[in-house]
Amino acid sequence: MSFSVKNLNAGYDRKMILNDVNFSNIKNGQLVGLIGPNAAGKSTLFKTITGLLKPKQGSVVLNDVDLTQEKREARARRVAYMPQIFGCNAFLSVFESVLLALKQSSGWRVKANDIAQVEKTLSDLGLSHLSGRGLSQLSGGQAQMVAVARTLVREPELVLLDEPTSALDLHHQLSIMTAVRNAVTNKNIIGMIALHDLNLGAKFCDRLILIREGKVLADDVPEKVLSMPELNDTYRVETSLEYTKSGAMFIDAQLGNAYL
Amino acid sequence: MADISQTNINTAPIETSYASLVGRRALILGVSTLLLILCFFIDVTNGPGQFSISTVLETIWDKTSHGIRLEVIIWDFRLPIAVTAVLVGAMLSVAGAQMQTILNNPLAEPFTLGISSAASFGASLAIVLGWSVIPGVGHLIVTMNAFFFALATCAFILMATRLKGVGSETIILFGIAIFFIFNAALAMMQYMASEDQISRIVFWMMGSLTRASWEKIGLGAALLAIVIPFCLMRSWKLTALRMGEETAESLGVNVARLRIEMLIAISILAATAVAFVGTVGFVGLVGPHIARMIVGEDQRFFLPLSAVIGALVMSTTSILSKMITPGILYPIGIITALIGVPVFISVILSTRKLRQS
Repeated sequence: MSFSVKNLNAGYDRKMILNDVNFSNIKNGQLVGLIGPNAAGKSTLFKTITGLLKPKQGSVVLNDVDLTQEKREARARRVAYMPQIFGCNAFLSVFESVLLALKQSSGWRVKANDIAQVEKTLSDLGLSHLSGRGLSQLSGGQAQMVAVARTLVREPELVLLDEPTSALDLHHQLSIMTAVRNAVTNKNIIGMIALHDLNLGAKFCDRLILIREGKVLADDVPEKVLSMPELNDTYRVETSLEYTKSGAMFIDAQLGNAYL
Repeated sequence: MADISQTNINTAPIETSYASLVGRRALILGVSTLLLILCFFIDVTNGPGQFSISTVLETIWDKTSHGIRLEVIIWDFRLPIAVTAVLVGAMLSVAGAQMQTILNNPLAEPFTLGISSAASFGASLAIVLGWSVIPGVGHLIVTMNAFFFALATCAFILMATRLKGVGSETIILFGIAIFFIFNAALAMMQYMASEDQISRIVFWMMGSLTRASWEKIGLGAALLAIVIPFCLMRSWKLTALRMGEETAESLGVNVARLRIEMLIAISILAATAVAFVGTVGFVGLVGPHIARMIVGEDQRFFLPLSAVIGALVMSTTSILSKMITPGILYPIGIITALIGVPVFISVILSTRKLRQS
């Protein structure tokens, strides 16, 4: 059971964003952080994997099946994608919004096991107390957490989360990351998460993939990727990987004279 | 993690509370339908000659039970008008509800997208120049011209949504542009028209139920019977669309296809409704907004309730149009605007309050 991307080229109209992206052998239960500066192609890569964007070339292989050859509905059942959330003014409750994510692939009528599945997903993420609240009444952190619930409720094989921690305070960043980490481990699924905060990647991910200008620059365990010299040029900062007394990694970064 | 991941203490009631929520919505739908039926009968009993509900019911049941005079009054005048009010209200409201859903814009409806203005221009072409877009339609020339222009405008909007980089705001701006273009063209037609023709155009533009007929009713009912199940079958996809285009697509919804399917269905619905009764604004805004406030945006309830509320608004309008000055039937377009605009403003204000709370 593994996930890999081979020779993936994709873009919009004539502008190519992804240039021969390759990575392989992401195993079940692994959480992979996708890191890189703005406009590196992280969202485009996710959209191509999900099928929202048709690749010009290459394959996306999940458990020996090429997703690019699968139909939209079949692919959406196996791959759950959480786009960046910019608020929502729909007159729907949290419970209804998670239920409708489930109902896209499980018939028209709401059955008792649909309700149980939504209930369990909300409960696993500690969101049951928000069940009846309107989406427009949620805080930014709560809305992100509910979006994670919508992503997980269909029990996909692969989850892709596009910057779920952006614009959140530290408490909510850690809440989201802990929930995602636990879901990936407990459900034994594959998780990929686009991140700007390298320290979150160091703390929660099993593997980091660094991309710049649509190319994979590094793909390894966080300790190795975060100590590579390419990191400095990619982010245009001077970085150094440090360790706390308890042994936890963290990135210390400064602009440095070379990048001013 | 106090606020979002605290241990849940009331897990058990979720199933019950969702079941009770669904039950409450079904009850609201049932009560609204009963209210609509009541309104419909009040509409039929009201007019220059007042008849009791029992007389009306007996005449509906058996045409000849109270003589030829009552048969003509009820079956040829009042019933067609009352049924048309219900049907057109439902058609405009369903069209408005789905335009708002697929364009993700609460201001979208046949009137604001310029469809009614286009229909008015089509009607004026027939009235002033006697020019028919579809040859050989005989006495239906005004209705068919209105239908053609309304449908052509819908097709234009449909094509505009296919253009790259055209968002839902742009579509509304297109609608405003269409509205002004056809209003200018209509002014030109009025300038060219005779006094009699001007009065016919103005009467058409004000919207009237007196153009009702059993043929039109049959067509309208058939369309509703096709479009409502068509939308209901797609209710989970349509509800997902309200979460945002990207979220819907990430859930596996083919948004582009859904938009086209829905636009075709509701274009025919809106064009037919406008061709039947002329310009009737705000029903397509008020119906869905009230429904949304009451049952939220789960399309399984939102869509049928929008239809019922739209029908209720039109039926009430039909009653009011007869009651303002006994013996005079006021054009409904004036009344829907008079009722619709304040209701619309109050809906906007209460929505704002709801969001703030």
